[in-house]
Amino acid sequence: MSSSKRITKELTDCTTTPPPNITITLPSDSNISLWHITLAAPPESIYHPGKFGLIVSFPLEYPFKPPQITFATRIYHPNITNESSGSICLSLLKTDNWKPSTKIVTVLDAIRQLLVEPQPDDPLETRIAEQYKNDRKEFEKEAKAYVNKYAKGPVKFSTTTTDGGSTSTSSTTAPPGEA
Amino acid sequence: MDTDDEFMSTVSSEGDMLPDDSDNDISGDDDFGFDDEPDPDLDMQHDIGQTKRAPYDVKFTVYQPQDIQQQQDVLVNEVNMILNISKEEAAILLRHFRWNKERLLEDYMDRPEKVLEAAGLSQMTCDPPKLEVIRGFCCDICCEEEEGLQSFALKCGHRFCVDCYRHYLGQKIREEGEAARIQCPAEGCNIIIDARSLDLLVTAELTERYHKLLNRTYVEDKETLKWCPAPDCQNAIECGVKKKDLSRIVPTVSCLCSHRFCFGCILNDHQPAPCELVKKWLKKCADDSETANWISANTKECPKCNSTIEKNGGCNHMTCRKCKHEFCWMCMGLWSEHGTSWYNCNRFEEKSGTDARDAQAKSRVSLERYLHYYNRYANHEQSARLDKDLYAKTEKKMVQLQKESGMSWIEVQYLSSASMALQTCRQTLMWTYAFAFYLARNNLTTIFEDNQKDLEMAVESLSEMFEKPVTELADSRLKVDIMDKTSYCNKRRVILLDDTARNLAEGKWIFNVEFSNPTPMPGPSSRK
Ligand SMILES: [Zn+2]
Ligand SMILES: [Zn+2]
Ligand SMILES: [Zn+2]
Ligand SMILES: [Zn+2]
Ligand SMILES: [Zn+2]
Ligand SMILES: [Zn+2]
Repeated sequence: MSSSKRITKELTDCTTTPPPNITITLPSDSNISLWHITLAAPPESIYHPGKFGLIVSFPLEYPFKPPQITFATRIYHPNITNESSGSICLSLLKTDNWKPSTKIVTVLDAIRQLLVEPQPDDPLETRIAEQYKNDRKEFEKEAKAYVNKYAKGPVKFSTTTTDGGSTSTSSTTAPPGEA
Repeated sequence: MDTDDEFMSTVSSEGDMLPDDSDNDISGDDDFGFDDEPDPDLDMQHDIGQTKRAPYDVKFTVYQPQDIQQQQDVLVNEVNMILNISKEEAAILLRHFRWNKERLLEDYMDRPEKVLEAAGLSQMTCDPPKLEVIRGFCCDICCEEEEGLQSFALKCGHRFCVDCYRHYLGQKIREEGEAARIQCPAEGCNIIIDARSLDLLVTAELTERYHKLLNRTYVEDKETLKWCPAPDCQNAIECGVKKKDLSRIVPTVSCLCSHRFCFGCILNDHQPAPCELVKKWLKKCADDSETANWISANTKECPKCNSTIEKNGGCNHMTCRKCKHEFCWMCMGLWSEHGTSWYNCNRFEEKSGTDARDAQAKSRVSLERYLHYYNRYANHEQSARLDKDLYAKTEKKMVQLQKESGMSWIEVQYLSSASMALQTCRQTLMWTYAFAFYLARNNLTTIFEDNQKDLEMAVESLSEMFEKPVTELADSRLKVDIMDKTSYCNKRRVILLDDTARNLAEGKWIFNVEFSNPTPMPGPSSRK
């Protein structure tokens, strides 16, 4: 049972009817299990007009195991780790909940929805989640600052610039006085 | 934490509120009940502390694998007959209701469709599950669509090829250890796969594992049942002590395999310390492991001549081989001062306030205090191990001795009893130090420390006899001494446990840390 047939079909489906706000590219034509996704934050999201790079990697056991998805673009969000390779907390992708018939489109939809509506009760970044709940104004200010800093211009998928921006952002990521 | 809430509501219902609040009344009456289901073990609960059982003993039953299977079968058959549904479905329903038959029947009588849907059974049919070949079928998982592809669907109709189904089930069962709640592979479908369908789809080896896992859920789903944590032990223990009772009792149970553990937290027997303090203590020990590491070392230096001394038995009475200095391994003090009336090795002397005024001094005192208790805790743990090793060696020699002196096997059993007593008493002593660490200083604590001291002295002297060479051990006078000391140790242990358990049940201990429910249910007046 090889996963390539399934992945090929999903890729074909995604290119013939592209999901909204999403562009898919393959970084290497010979490797169908690695996708680069550009996700444009929908207008109703505070991350608009940011563009975010997502790296989708299909494991060997796909679709019996969920795909691995990370944010290649930094984002200030309660459910996405605040680092250069941000992991996402999405119940759909947890081993216990993952169903082999779930398509990548559904997952991408869920991620897009997460940009519109963060889930602060199930956070990966507790401090950001607290801020989101208690000080929405400040949260939005920070989120927008991140968009301006990282999510404008051409999307980059390399994760080599780990230390590049961290010195200047360390002040924003460190827990502030907390309201 | 729910104990607190309930406690508060009880108080307020009797205190400032009018007693027409029926909700609060119920929670006030039933202080042992489980929060959201009827409590079949109520009788057992009321037994605690009332019968001739010692206050530190709890009632429990050990079940072997065949008992566990039989109990499930009985319940499944009952539900199968009463509701007139298949055994597979009865089993799924029971698992959904965590084996609470009464609640299942009640809910089912009220709204059968709702119950079936929630349990992942939706509409029932009696058709046996079967594999089918369907023209034009394309598997939604692997996207295979070749002619003659065998496929399977549960009652929901979500159809997948047999290979995908097998792979999916294999992964769930083998890798994820899931059994009772494996859903249809379709996205968003919560239909549960039943045992008959599973048998049809997977290999015999997997089926066996599946049924084993199903059996496990029976035990894991019930609050009154727990697996014996000993490696390779398949038994389960039933005990009525609930989570919220744990601040008033330390439920040590012992399995047929002879493993003794706490039913509350599954750790090895930790009487007399209640689970909550044990958890705090272990966390503290882990956090402070570096400061305390040197203590549990197997070698120390003689306090007089500084030559290295190795501990190889459990006994804490050390004699330096070089200078013959006799000292106590735990406090490094003179052993002669450990004679009856001067014995003060177990008690931590709080220094009077004046020299602990600044923060630094205070933190030094608190470290010293911790080390005092940790030192003794770790020592008894280590000594129990060394005693055990020593017994293993001794036993070998005893066999030899038996042959030479003509003693029978029965005649040397006193050594095995002595070894057992040393093990259990040291286990208890070890936890008395964790317990004492959290005790506030008062009269009860002094009595506790006296009991601790008596037990410790008895254990140390038995331990010392135990280290004698085999030739001396065979001497009938020493044998009588050992037998006497063994029963004395056991007696001292019972006295200590009895006293601590009684005070715990009555909420009399005052701790120097936060402890849930530290006082017995007070009358409403004492709260105002
Ligand atoms: Zn289904
Ligand atoms: Zn398939
Ligand atoms: Zn056992
Ligand atoms: Zn416990
Ligand atoms: Zn010496
Ligand atoms: Zn001492």
